[in-house]
Amino acid sequence: MKAELALLCAVLALASLALGPVDLAALWARDPELARNLFIELRLPRTGLALLIGAGLGASGAAAQALFRNPLASPDVLGPSSGAALGAVLAGYFLGAGVIGMAIGGLAGAGLSLLLLLALAGRGAGATRLVLAGVAVSMLLGVAINLALSLAPSPFALYDLMFWLMGSLNDRSLPQLALAAPLILIGIVLLLRAAPALDTLALGEEVAQSLGVGLSAVQARVVLAIALATGAGVAVAGSIGFIGLIVPHLVRPFVGHRPGAAIAPSALAGAALLSAADIAVRLLPAGLDLRLGVLTALIGAPFFLCLIMERR
Amino acid sequence: MLEAIDLARPPMLAPTSLTLHPGQLTGVIGPNGAGKTTLLKALAGLSRGLGTVRLDGQPFLPHPQRLAWLPANRDAVWPIPAAALVQLGLGPAAAPDPTAIAAALAACDATALADRPVSQLSTGERARVLLARALVARPAWLLLDEPIANLDPGHRLDVMALLAAEAARGAGVVLALHDLDLARRCDRLLLVADGAVVSDGPPATALASALLAQHFGVRRDNHDWKRTVNTLFISDDGPPRSPGPADGQRSEPD
Repeated sequence: MKAELALLCAVLALASLALGPVDLAALWARDPELARNLFIELRLPRTGLALLIGAGLGASGAAAQALFRNPLASPDVLGPSSGAALGAVLAGYFLGAGVIGMAIGGLAGAGLSLLLLLALAGRGAGATRLVLAGVAVSMLLGVAINLALSLAPSPFALYDLMFWLMGSLNDRSLPQLALAAPLILIGIVLLLRAAPALDTLALGEEVAQSLGVGLSAVQARVVLAIALATGAGVAVAGSIGFIGLIVPHLVRPFVGHRPGAAIAPSALAGAALLSAADIAVRLLPAGLDLRLGVLTALIGAPFFLCLIMERR
Repeated sequence: MLEAIDLARPPMLAPTSLTLHPGQLTGVIGPNGAGKTTLLKALAGLSRGLGTVRLDGQPFLPHPQRLAWLPANRDAVWPIPAAALVQLGLGPAAAPDPTAIAAALAACDATALADRPVSQLSTGERARVLLARALVARPAWLLLDEPIANLDPGHRLDVMALLAAEAARGAGVVLALHDLDLARRCDRLLLVADGAVVSDGPPATALASALLAQHFGVRRDNHDWKRTVNTLFISDDGPPRSPGPADGQRSEPD
């Protein structure tokens, strides 16, 4: 299954490199320099970011569901996504930072929200306390984002702000890729290494401990990894919902429903799904400017509903 | 040898020191809320800071082959096939061992359930699969919280025989149970009441009528528990498989 998903990612990556409003092959004949620049500065980072952010969201979703032993958990419940959004908004619209400044602000926001989460949950918190603290942090940050929106310096800023929050990969370039890629990759690697412990956690926290799983260490590592993988994504691309929630459900039947074993294929499936959505957004007729985050939610919500109906 | 030194968690568990021996079937009985689970969990090394647990003279470190803990909670979140769930009992990232898994499932009469998702099993079936999970790594110590609750009378007898066989192979088996008739099959019986071990010795000691009357509020000549087994047409030589109507009545989990 992993091989098929990897192949799908490769095909989608090639399609993402080839497709867009400008026909690069035709442009190459007329202006090779411009075509080359377009390819390296826009198409390549966009394709890379779609793959990486999708992989980070998929893996984080699978890990969050495994850690909290709840199929409805998503990486958003912990708060780093909201923290990243708030950080980027504050940096961009109140400090006047550019796109790179917004990304750095987003990363700082994700990090601070993680610290807030850990401080609220306290040492040695179980999954329940952690998820409650996460919900509290998310709500607090959501309110703070609304406050930032209502204090926007001008109507145009408000419009930009809301648009940015909907999530998009338009016009993202190499610096954003360079900033986000290492953090997302570290997050994914940490999650993959936690996979066997997360499988064992299917037996419950006490039993996992009795089998030699260092529970607090695993929790701390997984929470940090989710913050890295999702926070870095939101910092450069805005909020992209539903991928972290849905992808693990798609993948789990193929790995015998083992929650930890679902992490690696969820990363691949998340990468494929976000790449496909980003290609779809680009192929929509001009004038219909559907944001990537809106599209994933448009596909995701009904799909999730079907999943629930089917399992009744 | 599993030594517990000064385990204490007031008010659930008064200071308790115990030495448990391998090769013995030790039962823990007592009314609901008496502290059986607290005691077992502490013995399993799951309650940090409540005292000292030593295994063969060493501080206890969890390992699948050292000690298995079976909680009374039989919930299953994920629809993992039973055989894959039993595999998890070998420890995180352990190599698959189909022989051990098949043997553990067979010992618990759960071979037919191997491919069924555990979340779709009945509570009693799931209890057998989870017991197989605890047995699969052949641990030196088995600490089981009400392993026979939810089981039909035939499977109760089977599981008691299985645990006796585990003790005979040298494992130390400690189980909490409510079925006082089956408790008599233990080598040693701890009676727990109000967070303290009030009787410790051969079954006859703990099951003495004065103690039972004091701590369970039942008189030995007027109890239901003897009927639980005897009136359900159960005899030791030929356990029938039909679940009795009173199944579980005397063994509701805490």
